Amino acid sequence: MTEQPKNFGFGEDETMLKDSAQKFFSDNCSPDKIHGQVARDPSIHRPIETIWDKSLWQQVVELGWTAVCIPEAAGGIGMPLVAAVAIAEEAGKAAFPSPLISTYCATFTLMACDTDTANKALGDIATGTATTLAITNRDGSWESTDTDVSVVDGKLTGTAWFVQDAKKSDRFVVSAKGENGVGLYLVEATAANIDIIADGIIDLTRDQAHITFDAAQCTELAAQGAGDKALDAAMPSILTIVSADMVGAGEWLLQTTTEYTKTRVQFDRPLGFFQAVKHPLVNVMLDIDRTKSLVYNSACSIDSGESNTELNARMAKSQASDMAVFSSSRAIQFHGGIGFTWECFVHIFFKRQMHNHVLYGDAKYQRAKLADMVIGKAA
Amino acid sequence: MSEAHKMDTPEQSAFRNHCKEWLANNHPGRPTVKLPLGALELSDPEALAWLQKWQKSAYDAGLIGCDYPKEVGGGGMDNCQSIANTEMQRVQTPYLPNIIGMGMAAPTVLFHARDEVKAELLPKLFSGEEIWCQGFSEPGAGSDLANQQTFAERDGDNWVINGHKVWTSLAHFAEWMILLCRTSKDDKYNGLSYFVVPIKKALGNGVTVRPLIKLTGETGFNEVIFDNLIVDDRYRLDDVGAGWKVAMTTLSHERGAGPMTTPASGGMAVEEEEGAQTNSAMALIQLAKQQYRNGKTAADDPLIRDDLIKMMIRQEAFRQNQRRASVPSLTDHPMRIPLQFKLVATEMAQDLQQVAYEVEGAASTLYVNDDNAPVKGQWPLAYMNSFGVTIAAGANEVQRNILGERVLGMPKSK
Repeated sequence: MTEQPKNFGFGEDETMLKDSAQKFFSDNCSPDKIHGQVARDPSIHRPIETIWDKSLWQQVVELGWTAVCIPEAAGGIGMPLVAAVAIAEEAGKAAFPSPLISTYCATFTLMACDTDTANKALGDIATGTATTLAITNRDGSWESTDTDVSVVDGKLTGTAWFVQDAKKSDRFVVSAKGENGVGLYLVEATAANIDIIADGIIDLTRDQAHITFDAAQCTELAAQGAGDKALDAAMPSILTIVSADMVGAGEWLLQTTTEYTKTRVQFDRPLGFFQAVKHPLVNVMLDIDRTKSLVYNSACSIDSGESNTELNARMAKSQASDMAVFSSSRAIQFHGGIGFTWECFVHIFFKRQMHNHVLYGDAKYQRAKLADMVIGKAA
Repeated sequence: MSEAHKMDTPEQSAFRNHCKEWLANNHPGRPTVKLPLGALELSDPEALAWLQKWQKSAYDAGLIGCDYPKEVGGGGMDNCQSIANTEMQRVQTPYLPNIIGMGMAAPTVLFHARDEVKAELLPKLFSGEEIWCQGFSEPGAGSDLANQQTFAERDGDNWVINGHKVWTSLAHFAEWMILLCRTSKDDKYNGLSYFVVPIKKALGNGVTVRPLIKLTGETGFNEVIFDNLIVDDRYRLDDVGAGWKVAMTTLSHERGAGPMTTPASGGMAVEEEEGAQTNSAMALIQLAKQQYRNGKTAADDPLIRDDLIKMMIRQEAFRQNQRRASVPSLTDHPMRIPLQFKLVATEMAQDLQQVAYEVEGAASTLYVNDDNAPVKGQWPLAYMNSFGVTIAAGANEVQRNILGERVLGMPKSK
């Protein structure tokens, strides 16, 4: 194993990027503003709609954040994965409603395709074409070979489920099964013969849909038999970027809840005086720090071209999922009665964490994969 | 060339080469005596003597006390101890016996003793010729450390000490003790003072050391009774009444959060011949592969697999936290990770060893005195011993208070 940089590859450029992301979100994306936007209608039977600030997304594109990890040859900036991790962490801390994280996931997949069509799609992402993965079947399987879409004569038929930020995206990277295995295909959101049906979801900071294809036109990104391999190759980066978002959200929950326990007084003392509150919050901090270090390590191992990237990424996502549940549940609990209401901002982050918790596999799923890798398949 | 090497200063680089070269020719090899798992469990004088010889040779070669000033027996270098530690650990040298001396007494003496006392005490501390122990805990002062009852009364240029210290590791070998005690009953914190006291010289003449027996049946630490022990005022550290401040220097180093890096050698698996490494997830996985139940191994059980991998992840996270703690730009509070180390490391080991009970199943009932016990009963033994460290050095409940108050800024729980 090569020795990795002690700073995980966070050089001057990456640190500056993280600082500017932090500033951007604190200037433009306060919890107050987000809540006013995405939580306007608390009705449990509210109409399914996609609410987001497109102008803010345009600014993100102009800052070059969709291009950070795309190779220069494909029209990007060519920074390491830790750069995107830095942005994702800050985006998570702001619960930023945008197709940024989903576009990163599509970016890593396109980078793993290594075809002209994929490279062209990367160039478009760099200039702001929001692109998302449509790779999950009705059962919500995270396995790269599982898809309910088939490809016949170069056209797609079937349904892709659990597509993230579908209504905010301009394009889909669709996995489909053909005679020779799973391939990957690019489909425009405006294409004929597709129906994007928005799901009614709990998380207010994103949208999700299932997409029905009925002999839809598409462009091949990875040939049959190569698509699942590209997804497998991209999966460590995907798991890492989603986990980074969760680290940011976890930190917001920790800081916000800690501040609340300093001011809220019961039994003549601030809540934080009581060890029944203090100790679990410290445990939340321990959980966040474990996750953060595992996420940085995972990103760094990918940037260093290590061979054990799947191991590192699944460790990070397993820890991130456990932390997401713990940090968000403690935040609600320690806010007490107000934490149980719609008006308190905590539910925004709670819902984002619980959504991320299952994306690309929850903690137990990751550990089962890790067990097969490290211990060997069970008898 | 590794990244660690690339970041070396010229002084560090030259020193690293010196360490490598010296270790290549002077590694002490396998011990000729049976060593316990760590220095705090030393009970055999021959084992101690063998380790003292190793510590002295490493000190003479400049690998111990590197960052301390030359006037006090140190190497006078900048940030070189961590390099010596890395290089010693790389070639798996035995651990160093004077662990309390180097980790707690030395930085405290450096920052708070008079110059002539530093020069008197530190060379033989670093060389390991004089073993040190720590006199903080008392029957009534555990987690509430400031509740000291041991009393030092001024008598001209001397102090007369009376009291009772407990859980004193290595006291049965120690020449010196770092002692926190009370010099005034008027104020809980400002009534404390700090001394270094020569205990071996005073055995039978003001000092009694008696072994305490742990729940495992092993000895390893002691109680120390002071009965009119006379100590020269020159051995007082800092001002009368400043004992709590001095104790904080000791404790921050004990928690790995002080400015001085503790000399640390190690990596040699001392119980290797018994196949009992009880501190790593990989060792536990190996154990699980060997423990059969109903024709399958524990490593085939899906619930146990989940537990095993959880431990592996926690262990890796700890390693990566250590790495991140050394990069200031990646932590928002400088003490946030260092103050976690003791808490996290000790609970991780305890949980790991608890999983071993499930892995061993019925055989986990067998103790070290039973020939049928898996790996000689070392896993249950390690589990029982793990409570020593989750309680010692500030029980982990106190550690959580410290983290909540100092790092998260929550109100004090007292």
